[in-house]
Amino acid sequence: MVGKDCVAIACDLRLGLQALTVSNNFPKIFQYGDNVFLGLTGLATDLSTVSDLFRYKVNMYRLREERNIAPKTFANLVSSSLYEKRFGPYFVSPVVAGLDPKTSKPFICGFDSIGCIDFAADFIVSGTATDQLYGMCESLWEPNLAPEDLFETISQALMSAVDRDALSGWGAHVYIIEKDKVTKRLLKGRQD
Amino acid sequence: MDTLVARYSRPAYHENEAFSEEERQGLVDSVPSLSLKFAMPPVAHPSAWLRAATDDRSNPSCPIKIAHGTTTLAFRFQGGIIVATDSRATAGNWIASQTVKKVIEINSDLLGTMAGGAADCQYWLAWLGMQCRLHELRHKRRISVAAASKILANLVYQYKGMGLSMGTMCAGVTKEEGPALYYIDSDGTRLAGNLFCVGSGQTFAYGVLDAEYRYDLSVEEALELGSRSILAATHRDAYSGGFINLYHVKESGWEKHGFSDTNPIFWKTKLEKGEFSNVTSDLSERV
Repeated sequence: MVGKDCVAIACDLRLGLQALTVSNNFPKIFQYGDNVFLGLTGLATDLSTVSDLFRYKVNMYRLREERNIAPKTFANLVSSSLYEKRFGPYFVSPVVAGLDPKTSKPFICGFDSIGCIDFAADFIVSGTATDQLYGMCESLWEPNLAPEDLFETISQALMSAVDRDALSGWGAHVYIIEKDKVTKRLLKGRQD
Repeated sequence: MDTLVARYSRPAYHENEAFSEEERQGLVDSVPSLSLKFAMPPVAHPSAWLRAATDDRSNPSCPIKIAHGTTTLAFRFQGGIIVATDSRATAGNWIASQTVKKVIEINSDLLGTMAGGAADCQYWLAWLGMQCRLHELRHKRRISVAAASKILANLVYQYKGMGLSMGTMCAGVTKEEGPALYYIDSDGTRLAGNLFCVGSGQTFAYGVLDAEYRYDLSVEEALELGSRSILAATHRDAYSGGFINLYHVKESGWEKHGFSDTNPIFWKTKLEKGEFSNVTSDLSERV
């Protein structure tokens, strides 16, 4: 979710096998560098494979280029990496959020499982509670939210959405990304 | 005119309160054939068609999603019967409601629980309440739990294979039977027993209930155990949640012990008793 000179990214903490909740502490957000974040939803085994793959690729990029990767570059890396598996895709729908290292402009985008990029100026959602999240974000989000207001907005949107989805919830992580500060918070959500 | 009056006026008294032939017939057929009362889909095999259209387990993309998913439990103990349920209704992964009343008060000393198709349970348990009242009027005494549960079991058996989906428990205390508990499901099964859990969260509830259950539980312990078992199920089962609905059935009839949100109860259980250590409550905490 985009705010004024800041972005936010949040995820729930559930790992489940159909109806069975296997874990209540399974974060789905991964950090690549100072202000590039990747959120992943989908098949758990592909989540760890894909997150590790990008850690490897981003580290290689950093060694070759001797600088951190920019969110926009990272988004293109995600896209082309996913399309490499066009005929046997990873079952994930990623979300990228970050601040451009030069301009400090917020950047967010989402992908389908084979790498089609969906750029957005407001918010990106993904996962089993997609419909609910769209409803909440469409009604709560407004342009130019300050970091604290953005935190409130993204948290309320996520919590209300997952409370209407049987397969999401059990707590949440929220990251607020500012120019030279990243705040991570734990939301104690409903545990049912 | 005289013929009309004769037809509608009743005789002043019944001889020895005997039943007329018509009434006797009415008693024998206390469960009228209902299969003609419902409109059936105009296809060759209605039951197969209904299953394809409404059963999301055999066909996940079925066009009609019926509210499902539940944890309900009831157990007999020294002080009567405890009945407890969650309150979530789901249609697929969508949480349709968090405030469903899954305990149905059939009369002042009979309770029914609902699991499975919400509409099926609601309708047929209300219908059972009517049958129980009619039984009471006809026989001038309260129906036994055995008889009430059998009316329901016989009814669902008539509709076997047509897609009715219900797993219900009938609990009550009567003079003749004492505390009585029956499990009835839409396959036509009817079982008497001490302890039942029904629904998608049944295994989680059984886990807690079996570990702590004794027949000589005190009333307070029994209520706590019922509530704790439902809490465990709402935590682990995605399709159970919402509120805990608690009842105690005893000789003087049933008594309601609240309809309470699981969220504060969960955090109280975790933070004060140290249970549910699998859940993080602090970012710095390592699990």
